[in-house]
Amino acid sequence: MDILKLTALELGEKIRKKEIAVREAVDAVLARAEAAEPVINSYVTIDREGAYRQAAEIQKKIDSGEPAGPLAGVPAAVKDNMCIRGQLTTCSSRILSNFKPAYTAEAVENLRKAGAVIIGKTNMDEFAMGSTTETSYYGPTKNPHNTAHVPGGSSGGSCAAVAAEECFLALGSDTGGSIRQPSSFCGVVGLKPTYGTVSRYGLIAYGSSLDQIGPITKDVADCAALLEAVASHDTKDSTSIPREDYRFTEALADDVKGLRIGIPRDYMGEGLDGEVKEAVLRAAEVLEERGASVEMFDLGLVKYAIPAYYTIAAAEASSNLERFDGVKYGYRASGYDGLHDMYKKTRSEGFGAEVKRRIMLGSFVLSSGYYDAYYLKALRVKALIKQSFDRAFEKYDVILGPAAPTTAPELGSSLSDPIKMYLGDIYTISVNLAGLPGMSVPVGRDSRNLPVGMQLIGNVFQEKTLIRAAYTYECATQKQFETPAQIGKEA
Amino acid sequence: MAKQYETVIGLEVHIELATKTKIFCGCSTEFGGAPNTHTCPVCTGMPGALPVLNRQVVEYAMAIGLATNCRITQVCKFDRKNYFYPDNPQNYQISQLYLPIARDGWVEIETGAGRKKVRIHEMHMEEDAGKLVHDEWDDTSLVDYNRSGVPLVEIVSEPDMRSAEEVIAYLEKLRMIVQYLGASDCKLQEGSMRADVNLSVREAGSGKLGTRTEMKNLNSFKAIARAIEGERERQIELLEAGKEVVQETRRWDDNKEHSYAMRSKEDAQDYRYFPEPDLVPIVISDEWIAEVKARQPELRTEKLERYKREFDIPRYDAEIITESKRMADIFEETAALCGKPKKAANWLMVETMRLMKEHDMEPEDLTFSPANLAKLIELADAGTVNSSVAKKVFEKIFTDDVEPEAYVKEQGLGMVNDEDALRGVIEKVLADNPKAVEDYRGGKEKAMGALVGQTMRAMKGKADPGMVNAMLKKMLQD
Repeated sequence: MDILKLTALELGEKIRKKEIAVREAVDAVLARAEAAEPVINSYVTIDREGAYRQAAEIQKKIDSGEPAGPLAGVPAAVKDNMCIRGQLTTCSSRILSNFKPAYTAEAVENLRKAGAVIIGKTNMDEFAMGSTTETSYYGPTKNPHNTAHVPGGSSGGSCAAVAAEECFLALGSDTGGSIRQPSSFCGVVGLKPTYGTVSRYGLIAYGSSLDQIGPITKDVADCAALLEAVASHDTKDSTSIPREDYRFTEALADDVKGLRIGIPRDYMGEGLDGEVKEAVLRAAEVLEERGASVEMFDLGLVKYAIPAYYTIAAAEASSNLERFDGVKYGYRASGYDGLHDMYKKTRSEGFGAEVKRRIMLGSFVLSSGYYDAYYLKALRVKALIKQSFDRAFEKYDVILGPAAPTTAPELGSSLSDPIKMYLGDIYTISVNLAGLPGMSVPVGRDSRNLPVGMQLIGNVFQEKTLIRAAYTYECATQKQFETPAQIGKEA
Repeated sequence: MAKQYETVIGLEVHIELATKTKIFCGCSTEFGGAPNTHTCPVCTGMPGALPVLNRQVVEYAMAIGLATNCRITQVCKFDRKNYFYPDNPQNYQISQLYLPIARDGWVEIETGAGRKKVRIHEMHMEEDAGKLVHDEWDDTSLVDYNRSGVPLVEIVSEPDMRSAEEVIAYLEKLRMIVQYLGASDCKLQEGSMRADVNLSVREAGSGKLGTRTEMKNLNSFKAIARAIEGERERQIELLEAGKEVVQETRRWDDNKEHSYAMRSKEDAQDYRYFPEPDLVPIVISDEWIAEVKARQPELRTEKLERYKREFDIPRYDAEIITESKRMADIFEETAALCGKPKKAANWLMVETMRLMKEHDMEPEDLTFSPANLAKLIELADAGTVNSSVAKKVFEKIFTDDVEPEAYVKEQGLGMVNDEDALRGVIEKVLADNPKAVEDYRGGKEKAMGALVGQTMRAMKGKADPGMVNAMLKKMLQD
């Protein structure tokens, strides 16, 4: 039996039944990582020793008959912007290239409580700023389906690691699409929960009012199980919201009868790749055949989402990243003349170009004299976008569209034109501005054999509706997780 | 003729709140402690750490706002103030700019010129910074984050003060209110109360404000008064010489009695304030305000009213005693225990004040228990000790808080009321002082004083002077 072909829940079951030892599962993913990493570069750090130590602890519990959850013993990966005590946590930035936190992020703590074995920390765009995982200090991650292409970003490492079977599931973070877009590019399932569902405590902030941690998995059932494991009300995070219902796996039902689906015309027009459009509309038809009603509607305000997002996210980022100054931890430039020179050199050498661009943009929009014209206006746009979604959800249970305008671009084709790269976030960004849950589900391939993702957007707290729709689609198409051809060969 | 100038002063007062834990984490606010021992990921600005608001900070701020006649902002928010400095671990301070917790208040002050209202523009909550220690030998700086995240309120007045006297009266008034509320100990020397002075001068009668400067590093009322005088003179000199006052921040050096420029308006920082996204807005309901109001302790004005009603003590005494909450508390407790408010007031007004002056103490430093003072008052009333012994015992209570009854017994200070014992001593005094006896019998009443004194001395002060007097008179007549 090829362990790597299993989903996380299938593996978990076999571990509980003692058909597979936790150690064997760890062996399998580490062997795969060893083969794939020189090409894919999903991980910043692989913690072999730690993985085997955790594996032994969990195996002991299972052997002694202690209750074990569905994810006990399953190898998982964590995006490198979540703190793990004593373990290198870099945000893929030179400025944190030597940083080991003194505490562990709440979401990671929850993942551990669920018994998952954390294999390592995954690569990302530096400080989650980027859509390609090319801005990492540790080099780009490549798309396992075609290594000439990017995996998307910023959670490109997590998505590539799941796609390349270097782990069974992973945590990503999503500020403007950073889970959904790379999930779409890598052919995996990714979900950004309602803002406040997963604790941000220990997540190194990019845009605090938009950041959410979420699951990246091989299929919808794994996605529900991982979300169930990491979502919690955390009093250490003031923006964490206590929810009535965390039993997301209950929504794994093959049934969309009566589900009202709306497709925004604004998401299907100019700028959308023809093949992506076709794949998404086909997926909508599948749901319609299973009893959902589908219609097109006008969402509105879509073109304002990108400027509003880049204003708010950059403003928050410019402040969030001030703490990286060489004083307390992280990289410090050598050879400086006094405090201000130390700040300047450390930050000039420690941050990459995209991060600097956003710090400058954010500092500019918060400057006195510009605050009202940019930042306040962006907040007003944000409120209007939320209202337009509120109106849509009076008529629809789910909004369906593409996760990105294209499939994964070629490496090196995006960074030269940042504006074009920013425009690629057009379908995902509004969801963060409105604090809504959004999910990306693989719905096929384009003619170059690159995965296409469909995005499902729900009203606040309606993750279960999204999971039900996605699960129904999966059942209808009998979609199985597909190992990328190249990777399968190498291993 | 020389021009007449008017000084216009507004204050920014920082007060450290008396919470047990910091404003955004559970670390202790205790003063002192080895460097960086009262710290955690939140108050050292670790990546990924998030602030959680301490509710007690909001309650203290509300209490101060209500006691200074402010409007409470019922949906208030925190903002980030961005600036780079190593004592500020996040390189932004969590403060309030757009929606501060309280606005539009006033306090009434009283000076030689009479009573006047000083308006409060706004009051906001914020976190304190850490402390830098510069090692000049090593040419390095070390940072201690124990103070980072200690809660502060900043009270910003309108430019309503015109003299150092008014400024001091305003500060004393604020201090009294805050101390009464138990929201802070307000010690200037220890930095739990800090004041920045914004000052400008203008020609008397002018309606326009002059260019102001802001003065920092003022850590006593005396320093504040000196700095105001110095800055007023400096600005007038500039104007008289036809020069302009530069808008700048100046640092007062109280040893040199001189201020020097720290930074001018041109290099003033742009703090790039924006709403703190890691904290949710604080919603303050009418009920919450009512609760805080109901829990509000009696403030000084109300106390004075009540003292007038309940206790038969002079207005002057009542004013002195209520000047500090600590003193008022001691008074009330002592009076309640011994049932003699007038005597309790007397002990505080005379002996306590004298000893405080002698030991250079503030009322907050008093440690003796009202129970021991009450007991002493009872002992004196019962005639167990006379007044001079009582004073000695009180000194011991003041310094060591001794239990007076036990102390008197132990030291053998009780009064001797035994007539036979006293008669023997008097007989000896009369025999030893024939001249005084003769003078008295010859009509010189004053001679009696000397005989009483001799007797008291022989009794080591432990006799009742009244009784000695009566017995002497009787025995001299015999």
